[in-house]
Amino acid sequence: MLKLPIYMDYHATTPIDPRVLEAMLPYFGERFGNAASRNHAFGWQAEEAVETGRKQVADLIGASPKEVVFTSGATESDNAALKGVAEMYREKGDHLITVLTEHKAVLDTCKRLEKSGFRVTYLRVGRDGLIDLGDLSASITDKTILISVMAANNEIGVVQPIAEIGRIARERGVLFHCDAVQAVGKTEFDVNRMQVDLASLSAHKMYGPKGVGALYVRRKNPRVLLAPIIDGGGHERGMRSGTLNVPGIVGFGKAAEICRLEMAGERARVGALRDRLYDGIRREIDEIAVNGSMEHRLANNLNVSFAYVEGESLLMGLNDVAVSSGSACTSASLEPSYVLRAIGTSDALAHSSIRFGLGRFNTEEEVDYVVAKLASVVKRLREMSPLYEMAKEGKDAGENRRSLQG
Amino acid sequence: MSYSEKVIDHYNNPRNVGSLPKQDDNVGTGLVGAPECGDVMKLQVRVNPDTGVIDDAKFKTFGCGSAIASSSLATEWLKGKTLDQALEIKNTDIVAELSLPPVKIHCSVLAEDAIRAAIEDYKRKKAESAGGNGNPGGAQ
Repeated sequence: MLKLPIYMDYHATTPIDPRVLEAMLPYFGERFGNAASRNHAFGWQAEEAVETGRKQVADLIGASPKEVVFTSGATESDNAALKGVAEMYREKGDHLITVLTEHKAVLDTCKRLEKSGFRVTYLRVGRDGLIDLGDLSASITDKTILISVMAANNEIGVVQPIAEIGRIARERGVLFHCDAVQAVGKTEFDVNRMQVDLASLSAHKMYGPKGVGALYVRRKNPRVLLAPIIDGGGHERGMRSGTLNVPGIVGFGKAAEICRLEMAGERARVGALRDRLYDGIRREIDEIAVNGSMEHRLANNLNVSFAYVEGESLLMGLNDVAVSSGSACTSASLEPSYVLRAIGTSDALAHSSIRFGLGRFNTEEEVDYVVAKLASVVKRLREMSPLYEMAKEGKDAGENRRSLQG
Repeated sequence: MSYSEKVIDHYNNPRNVGSLPKQDDNVGTGLVGAPECGDVMKLQVRVNPDTGVIDDAKFKTFGCGSAIASSSLATEWLKGKTLDQALEIKNTDIVAELSLPPVKIHCSVLAEDAIRAAIEDYKRKKAESAGGNGNPGGAQ
């Protein structure tokens, strides 16, 4: 039986897997020790649990456990990577390269670095959302110390050519950081095969708990040095002080293990659901546009603009379906999505966009319900839309019409 | 963001959605906003030529739930008002009636602009027909 509301916003966060929760619970109870307590059983037990989690996370990305530094989440990981490299390698250079469509945790960190004297190149992306590798190569100078490119975009799900970027970075002797939050656990991500030097991970995007993440820091070929952004007791080999979040790390580890073992099957199943959603939308609703490449995209993502309908009003109609919109009205900024702008989506169509993020617990029945509901809400709102009326009248409504086509 | 019950009611049961014949001399049409900004409102009034009272009002809106509710409410309020009374409707009245949060005040401003644009359009038409070929009434 269909249970409402339906959750289809897996890029925002994922529900915790019951197996993950079960693994965590003892660490809120009798196994409460501090992993840094070296001289009694409570501490040893906690440390053992942390090291198990570290190995599980490392195994998922092809790293060695010593290369995994636990953090409070991917925002901290991004900050630690960029600021840590900037400070440590300042003698070597003052230039960083990133992409306009990165997460704000990277972009705002770059903005701060610019204020303290670093120079940042923001690579543009094509309509498909992908960077141009020629642009990347041309942007590298002898002062470039870091390239930061996300694996998969959180809005449009577009997957960047990480292995190629890694190869270019390695050839040019520049460190490569990858915000891999949306990709890890959903698609293959191997730090050695892709020649990634630093990678940000988040537990709650892969069916683990909130409040815990990791930064992968390469230890050899090359050995990456980081200036810590949090000082204190010297935890995590001095790279991130602070008492470890033992239950969180246990859950993160378990979540990583489940992803590693089940990823292939899950990707196929979720991809089939996404395709069912896309086919259904195309069948039931005209004048839609997919934002970003369909080919280079996470299997669980769909980002669609429904012309002549404003995104927030669409979300309001889909009141028993949890999705997101790139419309300004859903954010405090009143600006439409900067990611959609960067791929050349007109502001009008950006206001009409919906992001669907599917995941482990979605069903075909839910997808069919969402398609039917979307079709009826879009129809109702278009009947209410002056833009739809103008378009149907075939009139040149001046700027209105031109921008909708743009 | 959560919506007030009145906004939800107007969104689910919008009053007076539709269009009046634009060419009708007794109809004034206001089209305000821009799709780039995420809000476009079309608001129309029809004025009874004998009484000078608005006897019908319609709207179509591209925008968020608060924009739809603001324009729906505006059409409700316009009916039965004279033009002078209609021009007294202020965006702050709409804000109060719908309990709009600060981030949605621009929706009420747009509705007030739409009312003014529709009435101006009506007055312009009347002035033109009075000074023009003198063809009164509703033939379109």
